[in-house]
Amino acid sequence: MFDQLSDRLQSTLSDVRKRGKLTEADVDKAMREIRLALLEADVNFKVVKAFTARVKERCLGADVMGSLNPGQQVVKIVNEELTELMGGAGRDLVFSNKGITVILMAGLQGSGKTTATAKLAMLLKKEGKSVALAACDVYRPAAIKQLETVGKRAGAVVYQQGTDADPVEIAAWALEKAKEEGREVLIVDTAGRLHIDSDLMDELARIRKRVKPHNVLLVVDAMTGQDAVGVAESFSEAAEFDGVIISKLDGDARGGAALSVKAVTGKPIIFASTGEKLEDFEHFHPDRMSSRILGMGDVLSLIEKAEEQVSEEEAEELQKKMSEGQFTLEDFLKQMRQIRKMGPIGNLLGMMPGMGAMKKLKDVDVDDGELDRVEAIILSMTPHERAMPQIIKGSRRRRIAEGSGTKIQQVNNLVKQFDQMKKLMKHMANGQMPDQNQMAKMMGQAQRPKIRRR
Amino acid sequence: MATTWNDILDLGDRVVPDTAPPLASEEETPKKMGAFRRLRESLSKSRRALTEEIGSSLFDRIDDETWERLEEALILADAGATTTAQVVEKLEHEVDSGAVPPDGAAIRERLIGLLTEIASTNRAPINLAQNPAVVLMTGVNGTGKTTSIGKIAWHLKNEFGLSVLLGAADTYRAAAAEQLSTWAERAGADLVRSNEGADPGSVAYDALSAAQARGSDVVIIDTAGRLHTQSNLMDELGKVKRVIDKQIPGAPHETLISIDATTGQNGLRQAKAFAEATDVSGVVLTKLDGTAKGGITLAIATELGIPVKLIGTGEALEDLRPFDPEDFARALLGEE
Repeated sequence: MFDQLSDRLQSTLSDVRKRGKLTEADVDKAMREIRLALLEADVNFKVVKAFTARVKERCLGADVMGSLNPGQQVVKIVNEELTELMGGAGRDLVFSNKGITVILMAGLQGSGKTTATAKLAMLLKKEGKSVALAACDVYRPAAIKQLETVGKRAGAVVYQQGTDADPVEIAAWALEKAKEEGREVLIVDTAGRLHIDSDLMDELARIRKRVKPHNVLLVVDAMTGQDAVGVAESFSEAAEFDGVIISKLDGDARGGAALSVKAVTGKPIIFASTGEKLEDFEHFHPDRMSSRILGMGDVLSLIEKAEEQVSEEEAEELQKKMSEGQFTLEDFLKQMRQIRKMGPIGNLLGMMPGMGAMKKLKDVDVDDGELDRVEAIILSMTPHERAMPQIIKGSRRRRIAEGSGTKIQQVNNLVKQFDQMKKLMKHMANGQMPDQNQMAKMMGQAQRPKIRRR
Repeated sequence: MATTWNDILDLGDRVVPDTAPPLASEEETPKKMGAFRRLRESLSKSRRALTEEIGSSLFDRIDDETWERLEEALILADAGATTTAQVVEKLEHEVDSGAVPPDGAAIRERLIGLLTEIASTNRAPINLAQNPAVVLMTGVNGTGKTTSIGKIAWHLKNEFGLSVLLGAADTYRAAAAEQLSTWAERAGADLVRSNEGADPGSVAYDALSAAQARGSDVVIIDTAGRLHTQSNLMDELGKVKRVIDKQIPGAPHETLISIDATTGQNGLRQAKAFAEATDVSGVVLTKLDGTAKGGITLAIATELGIPVKLIGTGEALEDLRPFDPEDFARALLGEE
């Protein structure tokens, strides 16, 4: 669907590596790609404009670091800026020191307010709070019934006065009742309303004035397009919301609306609603969201993690070992563990310099279970065996297989593969690219069923 | 000439009272006026927003900035980068080659023509020719399925005198059947429902049986909102469709997807996934009474060939209208 932004940037910036610095022309080309990616993700185009201007400045003259290609370098800067823009301090609900905490929910029709209300109730309930809900949507048919049903599932009590009462009065009445009954939190569910419907926006403002909520939350559908900015601005004016719940994040929307809303109102995104079940509700992670907006899954954070995990010196030492053929199973284990800390191995392959270009490897998905087995096998070896795998013969093989709960055949395969890999690494470290067949053979050998093509 | 209800409905051999709408009582007239006023207002709101981006003076001088601003206007309407690039490129090419005179008004008309062309892709009326005609309503959560069904039922009943039966196959969302039941009451339609958690296929089956027994003209099946990425729920939708087809071969005769006008680029993926699961034949573009323009339907038309058939413009029963490609194109550019 969406070509990896880093791949596209990489081809755009392919000749930069030789020069080592990004020129203005390079950056302009890169910004065009970034702009497109953000627009495809529904980030508001005015926000995109301002954003790319800032990123451009940072990219100009930036050194291209050894471990990253120029495309990744740009993506890294973009990601940092995005995370920065989306983050910010105080990303949590405000609770009253004494007495009840009131939360007011607002949003467009169909954004998911009622569901979010119940999910939030569930979350707070789990934290041991006693939660009540006020049913102030008197307009949509059966909205009260819906709140009662999901409220019950969440273990919250629901206060309602039917559809004839005034929503402002219901809210005030519910607050009194909640206080009387000693509830700790009251969440006020309101009707969905268009941001340009002045009557209903006024009603929302009156509810706010009446119950003086500690938190006003705007629910925004992750699939919202360019209009998110206008919506957020209007709600900000009428209800002065404090934070955002982004809903329907379990779909495949890239959720650029989240960025737009944050950028124009400065209000943090506090929660993300991520599924059909009431439990599918969590605190929002700005870093994950920026990766998602760029359409890169975890790859972005992997770039960052890769930088953290392997220090310059370690990398150099490793390089030396590889080129001299001194790489041991111990080193291999260490590497593997570092890599696995970063996430599923399939994602990592595409990031390795040179590998992104290798078509055959691009869509390979390595089974992580296989890696558990490899780890178990190596752990069952003595340090001596790890350093010199060639001594692993008959009885050693049997002992290792038994110790790791694998078959002798599997131990054999690992030793054989490791030997091949060592040769290959020597080649690579000495500046020769492996040919694709050789590489694919190594990856696939003896484990073919474990490597799936998507 | 604007598209009318008669244009958008294929009623087959059905005899329709030609005095439609027959029930426009005096009491309802001011309400209707209100509805039109609302629509005009909302159109003028989008007009204002767009005029900022694409003022009438846009084409007075033709240079790079002109095309850039046009691009921005279309992007702001959620038309998406691909569709936008196609339209702008074509127009620019035609102007450069002299096919369109370098005159502001002419260029604007050509632009409207281009957009109208896209919006007219595979245009076809809603197929209600069979007896009973079966309509399946699908879409993502919160896009306005149930409300749209209520409005469609009201129009069919009150303007065309058709008997309508609604099947509440959204057995998932709490109180969904109650919501549909309220709409059925307002529209004067029959309702078949089951318990929460019941099998949606069996509700559809019951609804069709009831419609056949009662001789209803039209059956509309409401389904639970589902994200297009939930493969099990999408499979379930396919199953509902097969149940319907088994009972009345060839049905559903019309499968609609509701798309919220505020939806961005994800709308295309929604339409694609639903089309794969159920052969979607038309889009109901909802919530056009806000400031969003629903430009994503251009991408849906270009890439999937699925036309918009109806537009929702408010909360009242009569706030549903036939989709008119040229009106839509003009609204995108902030004209009447």
